[in-house]
Amino acid sequence: MDLHELVNSPGQWLCGDGPESGIVISTRIRLARNIAGYPFLKRMTGDQRVDLQARVRKAVDESAALKSIACLNLETASHMDRQFLVERHLISRELAAGEGSRAVVFSRSEAESIMVNEEDHLRMQVLRSGLQLLPAWQQASLLDDQLEPRLDFAYSSRLGFLTACPTNVGTGLRASVMMHLPALVITRQIEKVFQAIGRMRLAVRGLYGEGTQASGDFYQISNQVTLGKTEDEILETLTLTIPRIIDYERKARETLARESEVFLEDRIWRALGILRHARQISSEETMALLSAVRMGVNVGRIRGLDVATVNHLFIGSQPGHLQIRHGRELSQADRDAARADFIRQTLQAAPLN
Amino acid sequence: MQCERCKNNVATVHLTEIVKSQKTEKHLCEQCAKEEGYTIKTHVSLQDLLTAFISAHDDAEEMAGVKCPDCGMTYVDFRSEGRLGCPNDYEVFREALDPLLEKIHGKVEHSGKLPSRAGESQRKQRDLMALRRQLRDAVDKEDYEAAARLRDEIKTMENIDGSA
Repeated sequence: MDLHELVNSPGQWLCGDGPESGIVISTRIRLARNIAGYPFLKRMTGDQRVDLQARVRKAVDESAALKSIACLNLETASHMDRQFLVERHLISRELAAGEGSRAVVFSRSEAESIMVNEEDHLRMQVLRSGLQLLPAWQQASLLDDQLEPRLDFAYSSRLGFLTACPTNVGTGLRASVMMHLPALVITRQIEKVFQAIGRMRLAVRGLYGEGTQASGDFYQISNQVTLGKTEDEILETLTLTIPRIIDYERKARETLARESEVFLEDRIWRALGILRHARQISSEETMALLSAVRMGVNVGRIRGLDVATVNHLFIGSQPGHLQIRHGRELSQADRDAARADFIRQTLQAAPLN
Repeated sequence: MQCERCKNNVATVHLTEIVKSQKTEKHLCEQCAKEEGYTIKTHVSLQDLLTAFISAHDDAEEMAGVKCPDCGMTYVDFRSEGRLGCPNDYEVFREALDPLLEKIHGKVEHSGKLPSRAGESQRKQRDLMALRRQLRDAVDKEDYEAAARLRDEIKTMENIDGSA
């Protein structure tokens, strides 16, 4: 498929219309499943991988579990295309960097995707805008129900769904909520929040999952325990914790607005100023500045710019997106210039001031 | 390694910065890192956690030579790779894996979703287990109204089981 069709708008989950969109970017549910009768990925032969991929594809087609699907063979996809898919959260960094036969199948809305031959045979994913743990889980469970009779998942009555890594066994469920927490970072309360999260047996990770740095003040909060609890119980830990973090962030924003108004306004407007006028800008600086602008929109300081546009700037200014838009690989210097152009043009179209 | 800032403490924070494709490295003690404004990540990734759990569980020496007849993986392989070779490994390495699973998850008993082929009786077992767990929680919380309701539900379900 041609990824150019996707580049000019972010996926549905980034449209910024979900509940709590000011602070929660998105909710993601991931289910890990393996097919009985095959070894896990690291012990599979090349033929087994090709065979398994065909079986999954057939099951997806027959079940009509996904609407208007796109399928991409990642073994033959270019580095640029793979990077683009990582940036859109359609595939993991591990799948992008992997070797051998592997693929992704996703719905055109990009709300559902299935990675094939990642660490587990199947990684089903549902993405939703804002805080939507339950709807996202229901959709993922439905997808699971539709594929399971056709694929015979590896399962034990004692340990549940069997996965390549013992950290996923049981439900195979990872529920992650991506949050934007700039005020907690500025007021240096974020570590305190992380400690509280850790006590709830929840994990905190960066923007692109396992082992990635938190950039642009984005944090993914997810469950750590997958075995011994029902899916509802796992989700409950998050449905109880996330609103409290939202509340902390909101209070921190209010405190900043009340006690450090000039500081806050300077930070927001300076960020917007640079983004509107820069001629070359790095990815790191962009993330930091967009974070300030996003907060500025959410606290009502910047008018004429909506969350959807800011989200579009976040994703559209990533290296893979810039290169897909230009139709070729770009050097770092070219990327920095292309990024500044993209941001300037997008902001010019917004009715600011 | 010594902290390059205070030249006193041991450097425990190692930073790599890339500015204009020029790489610089910094080695600081925790105190100096804080003073220079670097926030130190106190949360660990799941992978770190797993590795720590696996290496902390050294008493599984007798498992070292055990090999899965299905995929050929040994427990030593698992310890170095951090991933299992096939579904059967969970049974083959059970003795070593169960304590590991308990450390990671707190429990070693699936209570989530069942595949459709798991059958009606297994489903019932699972539902009963969930109800019993809820009953225990209700008693712990001294919510006797809920506890009485759960007890009746469990009885009804057990009776259906008995007659079947």
